[in-house]
Amino acid sequence: MTQGQGQSDSHAETCDHVMPDVRIEVVSQPRYLAGVRDLVRAVAGRLGFNPAICGRIALAVDEALCNIINHGYDKRPDGRIWISIWPTCEPKPEHQVGIRIIIEDSAKQVEPETIKSRDLGDIRPGGLGVHIIREVMDVAIYQKRTGGGMRLVMEKRLDNESENHAS
Amino acid sequence: MEVTEEQFNGHPVVVPVGDVDLGNSRDLQMHLRQTLGKKPKRLLVDLAGVPHMDSSGVATLVEAMQVSRRNGTSLVLCAMTDRVRSIFEIARLDKVFRIVDKREEAEENA
Repeated sequence: MTQGQGQSDSHAETCDHVMPDVRIEVVSQPRYLAGVRDLVRAVAGRLGFNPAICGRIALAVDEALCNIINHGYDKRPDGRIWISIWPTCEPKPEHQVGIRIIIEDSAKQVEPETIKSRDLGDIRPGGLGVHIIREVMDVAIYQKRTGGGMRLVMEKRLDNESENHAS
Repeated sequence: MEVTEEQFNGHPVVVPVGDVDLGNSRDLQMHLRQTLGKKPKRLLVDLAGVPHMDSSGVATLVEAMQVSRRNGTSLVLCAMTDRVRSIFEIARLDKVFRIVDKREEAEENA
């Protein structure tokens, strides 16, 4: 595994699923961002996150898609983007601890270590997406996909009672 | 998203309604540029009707702030929803912009 600039290694396991619970494919067009946000927000809610955290997770996915559309596909409207979602569990499959979201594309590849947030003290338009993703998610790892394109692995844990509404 | 303009106490108020994201932030950008081009003393952006904003929307407002500073316009953001306030906090821009809860507060300590 090629590891990029994640805050930490991914350590929780998906809940006994090799295949994702949810997988969607969208083209690289901004008009579909709202639909993806709604889906991610709803799924995160069903996995136990409170509405505020669901909104932040949806924002992180939105920012990842914007980066792919703008920089990966250079605003080309016919690129493909795949979003996969799993609940994460440990130590037993029935103990759900969070969510894993993997976003993949077939856009141009970049070295994962070059994907950085800008200095927040430098107030100017743009360049906030990577910062938002890393701030919101517990894990954010960029990888090159074998055969082309990039992969972003993100995880968020249900860390406290206010976030944990899972039944 | 739709963008309209109102007047409040003699100052223009730009009012976007709907999610502001990469798909439509340019509409807001064009409207703000047009209004700022008139070099008003104060410009309010009422965000009560914006449930979601991504970094493209934030970038639009940062640009507006930069133009405002050059023009001597006082830019005030008001009535942010919690979710929109959240992205300003994440981006550490909540202390950079003047943000108030109600339009009336834009008049205070300006």
